Amino acid sequence: MTDTPITRLARATPPNVAARVRGLSDRTIAWLFVAPTIFLLLAINIFPLIWTIRLSFTNFAANKPNAEVKWVGLRNYERILTDDGIWANMQNTAHFLIWTIALQVVIGFALAWLINRKFKGNDLLTTLIVIPMMLSPAVVGNFWTFLYQPQIGLFNYAVEFFTGTPANSFSMLGSVTLAPWAIIIVDTWMWTPFVMLICLAGLRSIPDYIYEAAEIDRASKWRQFWTITVPMVLPFLMLAVLFRGIENFKMFDLVVQLTGGGPGNETLLASIDLKREAFEKWRTGYSSAYAIILFVTVFGLASIYVKALNKVKER
Amino acid sequence: MTTFLQGLARFRRGPWENLATVLIALGVVMLMQPFFLWAYTWSFIVTLIGTVMFIITSHFPQ
Repeated sequence: MTDTPITRLARATPPNVAARVRGLSDRTIAWLFVAPTIFLLLAINIFPLIWTIRLSFTNFAANKPNAEVKWVGLRNYERILTDDGIWANMQNTAHFLIWTIALQVVIGFALAWLINRKFKGNDLLTTLIVIPMMLSPAVVGNFWTFLYQPQIGLFNYAVEFFTGTPANSFSMLGSVTLAPWAIIIVDTWMWTPFVMLICLAGLRSIPDYIYEAAEIDRASKWRQFWTITVPMVLPFLMLAVLFRGIENFKMFDLVVQLTGGGPGNETLLASIDLKREAFEKWRTGYSSAYAIILFVTVFGLASIYVKALNKVKER
Repeated sequence: MTTFLQGLARFRRGPWENLATVLIALGVVMLMQPFFLWAYTWSFIVTLIGTVMFIITSHFPQ
């Protein structure tokens, strides 16, 4: 017998253990291998979810662990779903979500379309464009706070340069009307490269011979774009929209760093409000119900997108 | 329309999934629209019904 690590291990295994292992079926051994992962999944994901659902029907407060926990039924859900403040937060979230996704898809696709052409410095430019998404959201939020400064901010000076509006006459983060757009601009700046990369993967997956066949048929560039490029990139684009939609629905760090939900509650997104309810006001039961509402919404949206994605792939 | 109704009656995956999708989309729109408070109040239950329906109907035969 050749002397390899496996044979050495086999020789070192006590006979009773070896006999026991030899008696196991392939299926049992497979289960033994996946059991730790399943256990971790249950412990880290499934159990907290079920526990949160349970807490959402109580008045539990995590900062008062010894207080009596009362079963309040659907009262937490009723209060959240009739609260004008939370309704406004949902609208802020929708405004943020719709505009960031629309801008990121349009700009991301356009950038991918341009960068897909062969030119000198293509790789360098791609690397430079994707830098924003590699940065930490806390860092991005911090330096955009400086860029938005009315006195010293480069953004305000750029606006003055292009439009003539005095730089110190407006504050992007302090104005009720501008602050929602300030966070949209930063998120778009940070995450458009991500959409661009996914679109670029889609564009590069289109074989050249399809365009060559279209050229032979004298199809115009415009026609090629709408009948070849767009349908073939669409599954990739939908995937990007799915990722960005879910991410932005639970957007937290960037907005907290930039505006902290202000001025007033103009940029208070649902996730920021949820964190305040859970860990500043310590209304654990109430915030659990809030979290379940957001979870069901994201889960529902993700289901629609996965279905749409599969349909597009089947075409 | 007739095909859709027949699909529903025969518990086929396609039409039931479409119905669930419409409910989810409607629930999300109701949750985030700025016009009617009653729509916001009922949004969660609509989304929940749609989502649960989607999970169940995605196991129906094609």
